Amino acid sequence: MEREDSKLSRRDFIKATGAGVAGAAVLGSLGPLAGKAMAQVSPPKLSVEKGAELKVLRWSPFVGSDKEMWEKNTAKWEQATGCKVTTEYLSWEDVRPKAAMEASVGAGHDIVLGWHDDPFLYPDKLLDVTDIADYLGKKYGGWEDVCVKYGVYPKTGRWIDIPMGGPGQAICYRKSWVNEVGYDVMPVQMDKFIDCCKKLKAKGHPVGFALGHAVGDGNNWAHGFLWAFGGKTVNKDGSPAINSKETRMALEAMKDLYDNAMIPGCASWLDPHNNKAFLAEEISVTNNGISIYYAAKEKFPKVAEDTYHQYPPQGPVGKPTELHLMDPAFIFKHTRFPNAAKHYLMFMLEADQCGPWINAMRGYVTPSLKAYRNLPVWTEDPKHTVYRDCMKNMLWNGYEGPIGPASAAVMAEYVVVDLFANHCARGMSADKAIDIAEKAIVKAYKVKVKKAG
Amino acid sequence: MAGTASEVAAVQVGIRGRLSRALENPTVLGLLFVAPAELVLLIFLAYPFILGLWLGFTDTVVGREGSFVGLENYQELLEDSAFRLTVFNTFLYTVVAVLLKAVLGIGLAVVLNRDFKAKGLVRAIVLLPWIVPTALSAICFWWLYDSTFSGISWVLMRLGLIDNMINFLGDPWNARFSLIAANVWRGIPFFTIGLLAGLQTISPELYEAADLDGASSWSKFRKITLPLITPLLAVVTAFSTIWTFADFQLIWIITKGGPAGATHVFGTLSFQRAMAGGHFGEGAAISNFMLPILVVCVLISFKYLRRDD
Repeated sequence: MEREDSKLSRRDFIKATGAGVAGAAVLGSLGPLAGKAMAQVSPPKLSVEKGAELKVLRWSPFVGSDKEMWEKNTAKWEQATGCKVTTEYLSWEDVRPKAAMEASVGAGHDIVLGWHDDPFLYPDKLLDVTDIADYLGKKYGGWEDVCVKYGVYPKTGRWIDIPMGGPGQAICYRKSWVNEVGYDVMPVQMDKFIDCCKKLKAKGHPVGFALGHAVGDGNNWAHGFLWAFGGKTVNKDGSPAINSKETRMALEAMKDLYDNAMIPGCASWLDPHNNKAFLAEEISVTNNGISIYYAAKEKFPKVAEDTYHQYPPQGPVGKPTELHLMDPAFIFKHTRFPNAAKHYLMFMLEADQCGPWINAMRGYVTPSLKAYRNLPVWTEDPKHTVYRDCMKNMLWNGYEGPIGPASAAVMAEYVVVDLFANHCARGMSADKAIDIAEKAIVKAYKVKVKKAG
Repeated sequence: MAGTASEVAAVQVGIRGRLSRALENPTVLGLLFVAPAELVLLIFLAYPFILGLWLGFTDTVVGREGSFVGLENYQELLEDSAFRLTVFNTFLYTVVAVLLKAVLGIGLAVVLNRDFKAKGLVRAIVLLPWIVPTALSAICFWWLYDSTFSGISWVLMRLGLIDNMINFLGDPWNARFSLIAANVWRGIPFFTIGLLAGLQTISPELYEAADLDGASSWSKFRKITLPLITPLLAVVTAFSTIWTFADFQLIWIITKGGPAGATHVFGTLSFQRAMAGGHFGEGAAISNFMLPILVVCVLISFKYLRRDD
C-alpha cells in the first residue's frame, strides 16, 4: 500500500510540475524522505495572474552555474505560465540597502532574495507566504529548524519569507600540514582545534580567521566562536547577555588563537583576504564557503588535492553553534502579481528545479528543505559533505534573542567581530571590550523595544 | 453682449500688458530664466538635504515611518563610544591629510612652476592620481596594504630592511596612517594644479626685483609667493577639507571602518548604521554632525572667492 502511494504521488508530482525524465531522476535522488512526504500533500491553488511580469532582485551568483540554472528554471516557469520574469543581479552586500529602500517607498521589485534578517526589518510590507511554505515543508521532509526561525514572524505565526538556503561555511584546511602536527583530520573539539592551530603556526603554517569588517567571514566566525563557549549577545527576551563569564572564556580563547596561531593582519581582513592567503599557501586553516576548494581546483590543483573540509569547532556547549549566511526570498505587498510571485517561488523550490539548481552550485548553497540533504552533490565528492549540514547546524543571527531590526543592527555594526578585535588586536581588556559591546547591544535593542511598544 | 465682449477683450489686453511689462523687468525675467535650474536644484539637492536634516531628528528605521524625537539621536551619539572614536578619527584624518596635501602640494607646484623640459607632460602626469576613479585607486592601495601580499612589504623585505610583512591595516594606528597616506596621494594633484594656476599669475618682475635686492629663495617664497597665493590656497584648502572630511569610498573599500572601528569616519559610520543597519534616523544624525564643519569651510572659501573678485 505504502509503495503504491509512493508511486502515485511521484506520478502526480511529475504531472503537476510538468516534469519529465530528468525530474523523476532528481526526485529519485531525494530518497524515501521525498516519497513519504509527497504522498500527503498537494500544492496550494494559486491562480497566476495572466500576463504577469515579475521583477526579481537577487544577489550575484557566487558561481556561474548558479545563474545558468536559475535562469533555465525561470525560463521553464515562464514557459509553463506564459508570464515574464526580469531578474536583476546585485552584489550580495548591496541587496539589503536596495531592498530596504524599496520597502520604504513601496515600489520596485516584486521578489527579493535577500539576507539574514531583511524580512524582519519590514514584516508588515511583505506578503504572507504561509500556504507555499507549509506545502513545501510537508512535501520535502520539513524545513531545517533555523529556516523556520528565519521564515515565521513570531508576532503573527505566519511565514513572511521563503528561506532558499544559504551559502554555508566550513573549516577549510590543508590535510598534509595538519597530519604533520599529529592530527589525522582537523579536530572539531575546541581545545584540540586551538592546539592544532598553534602547532601549525609553530611549524610555519599559521591559520587565518577574519577579525576585520568582513561581512560574511568575520561575522560567521566571530558569532560561532562566541556561541561555542555559551556566550551570546542577548537572552531570549532581547535583554543583553554579553557580559558573562562565557564571553570572557571566548575572548581568552580567541586571544590565544590570535597571538599564537593566526597570521598577522587578520584584524584587517575583509571577505576576500582569507581566500587569497589560503590559495597562496600562506595559511593552513580558515573558515570559508566551498569557493576556496573550487578556485584551487581550477588554478592550484596541488592545493585542492590537499584541501579538506571540517565542521566549525565546537566549544564547551558541546553542540554545533554555526552561523552562515541565510538567503530568504520575500515578496513585497506592493506587487501587482501576488499569486504569480508565490507560484514562481514555489516552482523554483520544487525538486525538478531546486535539485538541479543546488547540484549545479556544487555545494556553494546549502538548501533549506531537509529532503535536499539527499541530493547527489553532497556525496559525489566527499569534500562537499560538510557543507550539506550547514543549515542543520546553524543558529540564527541574534541568537538566542528575536530576529529583527536590533539583531540586524548589531550585526551591521560588527559588534561581535569588534568585541574580539578590540581584545585581540587593540589590546583592550576583556572588561572594556565587553563594556563597549554591551553598550552597542543595549542601544540596538532599546530601539527595537521602543518600536514594539 | 457686445459690451461684455469688449470688456473681456479689455481684460485680456490688460493681462497681456501687465505680462509684457513684467517681462521687461530684468529681475522677473532673470528669475524666469533661472527657474528651470532652480527647480532641478530644489528637487535633487534641496529636498534630499532637508529630508536628511529632518531624518536626523526622527527615529526612522527601515520600512517604518519614524516619529520626531528632537535631539535624542544626537544625545545618544554623544554618549556612544564608537561615535566618539569616529569623531576623533575624522578630525585626525582630515587635519593630517589636508596639512600634508597642502605642504606637499605647494612644494610640487613651486617645482612644476619652473621651466624645464617636457613640463607639460610632467604636469599632466601629476594629475593622474586625481583623475583615476577613487574606487580603482582604493583597490590598488588595498592590495599595497594587504597583510599577505603587500608590494611595499615585499620590496622592503627584499631590500633586507624588514623581516616580516608590515601589518598596515590590522593595527589601529597603522591603519589610520595608511588611509591618510592613500588620501594624500589622491589629493596632492588638486593642490598642485590649483596652486600652479595661481603661481603663474605672479609677475616675474617681483622675483627679479627681489633678486636685485639679494633675497634668498626662502625669502622670496615667504614674502612674495605665499602672500600672493594665500587667497587661492585658502579656497583650495577649504575644498579639500570638505572632501576629506566627507570621505567615504577610500575608507569603505580599504577597511570598511575596521579594525574595530579604528578607521570609521562620519561617512562610513553613517552608511553602516543607516543602510546596513537600517537606522535611517541615526545615520542621518551622524551625517548632520558634519554640517557645521562643512558650513565653516564653505564660508571660508566664499570669503576668499569674493576677495578675488
